[in-house]
Amino acid sequence: MAIKVEHELHERRRGRNLGVGLLLIGFIAIIFGLTVVKVLQLGDTAEFERFDHVARPQIVPQEEADQ
Amino acid sequence: MSDISLQETTYEAGMGDYFALLKPRVMSLVVFTALVGLLVAPFPVHPFIGFVSILCIAVGAGASGALNMWWDADIDARMKRTAGRPIPSGRVEPGEALAIGLGLSGFSIVLLALATNFLAAFLLAFTIFFYAVVYSMWLKRSTPQNIVIGGAAGAFPPMIGWAVATGAVSIESTLMFALIFMWTPPHFWALALFVKSDYGNAGVPMLTETHGRDTTRRHVLIYTLLLVPVSLGLGFTSIGGPVYLAVASVMNLWFLKGAYDIWRRDDAACEADKHKVEIAVFKVSLYYLFLHFGALLLEAILRQYGISGW
Repeated sequence: MAIKVEHELHERRRGRNLGVGLLLIGFIAIIFGLTVVKVLQLGDTAEFERFDHVARPQIVPQEEADQ
Repeated sequence: MSDISLQETTYEAGMGDYFALLKPRVMSLVVFTALVGLLVAPFPVHPFIGFVSILCIAVGAGASGALNMWWDADIDARMKRTAGRPIPSGRVEPGEALAIGLGLSGFSIVLLALATNFLAAFLLAFTIFFYAVVYSMWLKRSTPQNIVIGGAAGAFPPMIGWAVATGAVSIESTLMFALIFMWTPPHFWALALFVKSDYGNAGVPMLTETHGRDTTRRHVLIYTLLLVPVSLGLGFTSIGGPVYLAVASVMNLWFLKGAYDIWRRDDAACEADKHKVEIAVFKVSLYYLFLHFGALLLEAILRQYGISGW
């Protein structure tokens, strides 16, 4: 005789599993959304890139680079 | 041996049971007042950050509800109104409620701090602490004034909403806090006067049972009188305006008349008309708070078009 794969218990737990899954998806969406909004609010990223104390030729204005 | 089967011994909680721990009906008031606090503030908030903030405040309020149910499971089991709650009815283990309460508290506070500012997160943390520890663990079982001081927990949400937008506490947010704080006692005691409660059996001191119904009627009138200057005072701040003042004046007169009517009555009159006045005043109190915050929101919208405001 085969082992029963589906049990009534699984049926009852389905709702709970689905709920936890949806909560996790919601959590990911919130963190992703917050990241996007926060990064967009930073404004011009070149502004704060200048403060990382590393030479970045690509952000040096052209006339300065020509001198 | 040819078959494996599991015996059903205990009930397994579903998502609905866990959700009930968060007291969804209380959450709706929290969401509304926090949203108004956020929207009437002078600085605009990005809609997504606003949404996450309100979600954090709602989840924080829910978490404090779960902690309250964990602590008060013994009282809840002895009262008809609350015997069906998830813990006393055996659907959720007390330890689960504690874990959910603590987990969601931490989650909501940290996320609010990251999404907005530390003041808003601190106010949310203090609100949860106030409801779970000061009200549930300390005041509820020790004094009939429990509802007065405990009402502060329900009054914080608009202040948190304001802090989300401005990063500060101001006269406006303090008066929004005071409005809910002063409104809670007459609102709750009007309810206590007509609902047959079994708080006495559960060992919870309620003003109607410790000091009698006459004292409770007097308290309803006194607190309503104290509520009036707070309500009108809010109208003269930067978030008030003529529309708010007009709504507030009408609602205060209506609520005051109801409180006066309650004060003039005795038990015989209440029994005779089956608490008609008390029930009516309780309903007025609901409109009172809803319309006050609704009027503040309307003022904010009108101000955008340069119509109302001072």
